[in-house]
Amino acid sequence: MRSQIEGSRAVAEAVALCRPQVIPAYPISPQTHIVEALSERVATGALGRCQFINAESEFGAMSLAIGASATGGRSYTATASQGLLFMAETLYNAAGLGLPIVMTVANRAIGAPINIWNDHSDAMSQRDSGWVQLYAENNQEAVDLHLLAFRLAEELSLPVMVCMDGFVLTHAVEAVDLPDQAGVDAFLPPYQPRQVLDPADPVSIGAMVGPEAFTEVRYLAHVRQLAVLERLPYLAGELAALTGRRLDVVSPYRCDGADTVVVALGSVLGTLKDTVDELRDEGVPVGVLGVTAFRPFPFEAVATALAGARRVVVLERAFTTGVGGIVSADVRAARPGTACHTVVAGLGGRPVTSASLRGMLRDAVTDQLEPLTFLDLHREVVDRELARAAATRRSGPTAENVLHDLRGGAR
Amino acid sequence: MTDKPFAITLGVGSSLANHTGTWRVDRPVYVTRRPPCADACPAGEDPQRWLYRVEERGYEAAWREIMTVNPFPAVIGRVCYHPCQSACNRGRLDEAVGINAVERFLGDEAIRRGWTVTSDAPPTGRRVLVIGAGPAGLSAAYHLRLLGHDVTVRDRGEEPGGMMRYGIPAYRLPRDVLDAEIARIVDLGVRLDLRHTVTDLPAEAADFDAVFVAVGAQLGRRVDIPAGDGARVLDAVTMLHRVADGQPPQLGRRVVVYGGGNTAMDAARSARRIGATDAVVVYRRTRDRMPAHEVDLSQALDEGITVRWLSTITQIDGDRVRVEKMRLDDSGFPQPTGEYDDLSADAVVLAVGQEADLSLLSGVDGVGLDGGTVRVGPDLMTGHAGVFAGGDIVSARSELASPAVANNRTAVRAEQTVTNAVGQGRGAASAIDAYLKGRASRPVPPSAPAGFERLNTWYYCDAPATVAPGLTAARRVSTFDEVVGGLDESTALFEARRCLSCGTCFECDNCYGVCPDNAIRKLGPGLGFEIDYDYCKGCGLCVAECPAGAMEMVPEQARAVRRQWHESADGGRTPGGRARRTAGRADPRRGGPAGRGRHDGGGGIRRRYSRLVRQQLLRRSRRRGGHHR
Amino acid sequence: MSGQPVFFYQVGTFAVGNRLLDPAMRSGQADPDRANALTSGHRACQGCGEALGARYVLDAAMRATGGRLVVVNATGCLEVFSTPYPETSWRVPWLHSLFGNAPAVAAGAAAALRAQGRDEIRVLAQAGDGGTVDIGLGCLSGMFERNDDVLFVCYDNEAYMNTGVQRSGATPPAARTATTPAVGDRPGNRFGQGKDLPAIAMAHGIPYVATATVADLRDLEAKVAHAMTLHGARYLHVLVPCPLGWGSASCDTIRVARLATESGLFPVFEAEHGAVTGVRRIRRRASVEEYLRLQGRYRHLFEPTRRDDVLDAINAIAEHNIHRYGLLAHPEVA
Repeated sequence: MRSQIEGSRAVAEAVALCRPQVIPAYPISPQTHIVEALSERVATGALGRCQFINAESEFGAMSLAIGASATGGRSYTATASQGLLFMAETLYNAAGLGLPIVMTVANRAIGAPINIWNDHSDAMSQRDSGWVQLYAENNQEAVDLHLLAFRLAEELSLPVMVCMDGFVLTHAVEAVDLPDQAGVDAFLPPYQPRQVLDPADPVSIGAMVGPEAFTEVRYLAHVRQLAVLERLPYLAGELAALTGRRLDVVSPYRCDGADTVVVALGSVLGTLKDTVDELRDEGVPVGVLGVTAFRPFPFEAVATALAGARRVVVLERAFTTGVGGIVSADVRAARPGTACHTVVAGLGGRPVTSASLRGMLRDAVTDQLEPLTFLDLHREVVDRELARAAATRRSGPTAENVLHDLRGGAR
Repeated sequence: MTDKPFAITLGVGSSLANHTGTWRVDRPVYVTRRPPCADACPAGEDPQRWLYRVEERGYEAAWREIMTVNPFPAVIGRVCYHPCQSACNRGRLDEAVGINAVERFLGDEAIRRGWTVTSDAPPTGRRVLVIGAGPAGLSAAYHLRLLGHDVTVRDRGEEPGGMMRYGIPAYRLPRDVLDAEIARIVDLGVRLDLRHTVTDLPAEAADFDAVFVAVGAQLGRRVDIPAGDGARVLDAVTMLHRVADGQPPQLGRRVVVYGGGNTAMDAARSARRIGATDAVVVYRRTRDRMPAHEVDLSQALDEGITVRWLSTITQIDGDRVRVEKMRLDDSGFPQPTGEYDDLSADAVVLAVGQEADLSLLSGVDGVGLDGGTVRVGPDLMTGHAGVFAGGDIVSARSELASPAVANNRTAVRAEQTVTNAVGQGRGAASAIDAYLKGRASRPVPPSAPAGFERLNTWYYCDAPATVAPGLTAARRVSTFDEVVGGLDESTALFEARRCLSCGTCFECDNCYGVCPDNAIRKLGPGLGFEIDYDYCKGCGLCVAECPAGAMEMVPEQARAVRRQWHESADGGRTPGGRARRTAGRADPRRGGPAGRGRHDGGGGIRRRYSRLVRQQLLRRSRRRGGHHR
Repeated sequence: MSGQPVFFYQVGTFAVGNRLLDPAMRSGQADPDRANALTSGHRACQGCGEALGARYVLDAAMRATGGRLVVVNATGCLEVFSTPYPETSWRVPWLHSLFGNAPAVAAGAAAALRAQGRDEIRVLAQAGDGGTVDIGLGCLSGMFERNDDVLFVCYDNEAYMNTGVQRSGATPPAARTATTPAVGDRPGNRFGQGKDLPAIAMAHGIPYVATATVADLRDLEAKVAHAMTLHGARYLHVLVPCPLGWGSASCDTIRVARLATESGLFPVFEAEHGAVTGVRRIRRRASVEEYLRLQGRYRHLFEPTRRDDVLDAINAIAEHNIHRYGLLAHPEVA
């Protein structure tokens, strides 16, 4: 059924179709609309015996999900930003225990300074947690990825994080098509846990493992995550039969004959594709590669998609301080020898405009793009603050100074 | 488990593969120690053993347990001064277990239900003459008969029982009870020749292979008191004998009893029962020094008997008895004060001791006499081979009679009591049996005592407030009061269940329950427990929490312990590792608690590896050492 | 108070069992077929109170639920000594997640069981004092407040033992730990600190809160059994002496726990919906000193100089407990 619907509500609908059994949640913007919608579904009895639990923290929420999942309950939660970080310990634990929890991350910046707007710093910070990370380009993809995520998670006994850009997607009203319940039920069988707390077959889950087996445990987790790259396309095919829409680990766009390809994740792909269309029309050979599965990283698929490119630009909505790009490192590893630029853009909700992208791509194709570029950086503001800091030890809080400068004040 | 995630998910109970017994330095063991009641019993009974049966309502089994030692439960249950109860550890907790009353209950049950004993021993064809049908003689006869010997008892009295009949008043020991228990002995096949005074021992002994002389101390000792005409003076033994015979002496209304022992009490109380309205005991010392048992004295006082403390009789003249007041000197001896007082009395009964008539032994070759007693060896044999003596006529007590005697050979005064005599009889029987079988009699080796300090008394329950007072009263009244009767079943059961079972496991399950390592196996009712040393770490909790002190820790063999450390802790590859561990006597797990379970209380908590690291190291080192599991 | 009076005198309700008692009246631990939820071969120190307490509690819970039980365990000694790969000592369905999240994990398990229509399977969570009063308190409070159907058991050994005896929020005043050394004017842990978690639990108004020790098995079992008759959040706080951390002899574990109660330092009581409903009264009053003397962690109160000021202050705590909970059987003769 196709309808105009807010992204969060659409995701909630999709999750509801997956018949979750336990939904622990803790409020944090911008994911709140999702769990609000689900709490209503549970309260009305639309989700049967599903338990909605108001957790006391994100740490608690994920812990509740861990307990529920280990006891054979299909578990779902959503979070963002600080919440995801507060979960950090539990994320690693859920992954280590191989619990197929599905979680939506409504991507948002991390403080300080506190910022509720979108970027990918939160999810990127947990890229090593052992969770599968899937990034949605738009709300339709977000919906479809959730359906896929439950199936994938439970088949491989891995937790899956579906990342969708906070506000940009979660709060955007778009046309979204949702499959019917019977179709989802056919695609997603009831949860069959690989291990479960059951008095009929008692086991001890979560043993202490020493040096003698820890490497093996970790290796097996690695192998299991790599299996996503095999299974995802296959399951996506099954899902496509239901939805008519095909998902994959990467989504190339006009890469054929592209001299320069921009690699990106999430909603910025939409603007990028528009920009690329314009540039192509102008005869500039550029393309776009969307990375849907960031963890595990689809090295082969990326390498194949980039095979014809002479130059790669990785557009990132997060970066690792003191280094630069995060995704760039993986892209470079997939295409060693190919020139690879990192463009950090859209931090803390700053709009990534088509104009800026155009300019950046023009620079790229003319070999004027720096290896690391912060798109739309207010250079003067930064320089002023740097000068201030160099002059006075007690130069004051950077964030407040920058805001002041931007408003044109003088200090 | 192949379908479960590797390493992080494990099949249940798999730690049984880890034998933590290798950590142990000391090991717990079950022990049985001799309880103080048994230690104290002159008859050689082990009250705890039969109380254990009573606790389970096994009254007949309990009675049979007693009968292996003492053929007079109903008698002893009445007349014994129960040193077992004085020794009872429970006395230090609340009040001693009423062992004596339970014994009487069992004895009475046996009579009521007609329980009998039989001898399973094949006849030996050996003949034993027992002279004296008192408690020592009958006890010896009983045991000899059980051993298959042919026994003849000869006694000059009209009826058997000796002092049990002629010394102890009927209000303390009803004659039907005595008769029943003696009849049971006779029914075993013991020949009883009454009204038979043995005068020529060698002649009578010719028909026998052994003789046991147990004629008792039947003569009342006399003291020299100037007595004028008309003074009616007699000794307590004679008086009690005549009372028992049904021919009580005419004593009049006012009777003075001279002496401070149990016989004095019996005499005074008997005097009241045969018509005296006024019975006064004259005793030269103070109450705390009186040889009579407190219970006898208090009952006498309850019955209206008065006592003149610190007094001696200096002269008896007609109905006037002159009494001199005494004072105790520094060493506790009474000294005359020169102050006098007169009492009026119709009769004076002397209860100043008893003596044995040993004339039948005086001419026997080799038999030595020491004053009023017969000289015997530790096996109760006199200097004449085959002639044994026991009961009140010997001063020593047989070491064969009971471990109690063996354990307390210097501490216990040889009292002239029925219980002591019963023990002597049993000891003599054992010695005579050994003599007849041509082997040396073996004294019972002393065993380790189960002292109060070994008990963990926390676990002994306080009797519920609603039950305790009634039972306490019942216990007190019924012990000696024939009118009320003995304990009934419920009170006997209660009393028995107060037993702390000192030094003997009574299956309270504490060891089984408190082991943090589940290393105790419960074998089922009556079978006790077993320690699984594969898992026992030697913490000692089972020993500490054993209520009865029936467990203790013993060191593991040093060599074995060293080998375990060697193998498990460093694989024998670390130079000096073994020495370090040995010197430190630390635990094999590096930085864990010391092996004995004693930790470094004073030295500050040592810097240590976290448990995780510690255990990893341990496991690694075990692998290195080839310690396969 | 929980625990049935037994008409039995030689050894009554204080012992584990007795051959003379009707089997139904013996403790669960006397049962030769007890669950042994924590079985042999675990790596707890000699005389470990926590190992003992855990078996007591879980066996009682297994009994009460007919074996329909799942257990969630916080990180700590109990977890480490019971499940080092490749061996586990548990014989119940058991899950270890993290140090601070056992209450939430357990609540999740309960929710999943309810969602699956398998509510007859009950959930028990267990943690040490660190996992309960410190790092796990947020999750625990959430579990209480939501009244999740979980029995949470804290095995309180009054410090972080697994990591080498550091102070926790449950460490008593004056106790020496690796981070409250016995030096300076006020040696050991400071006064006026620590969290009274049973009181905190009661403040949540949850159906059941109780304290117990490994020294009173019957009481402990009765409380677990009672807790299992109730639904919603329940809290059981069990004192479990740690020979290693307390510097007590391994054979004294139960004795020390007993003295903690008998001295008044550890009140044993139970409460329903925030109100105290029962108190285990002192049976044989012990002095605070008798309790402290057995433990190396208090040695500095006696050597090299006796610290009467500190002892008085500890005694005042005991007196306060005795007054607050009415711990004396006959208060008028106190």
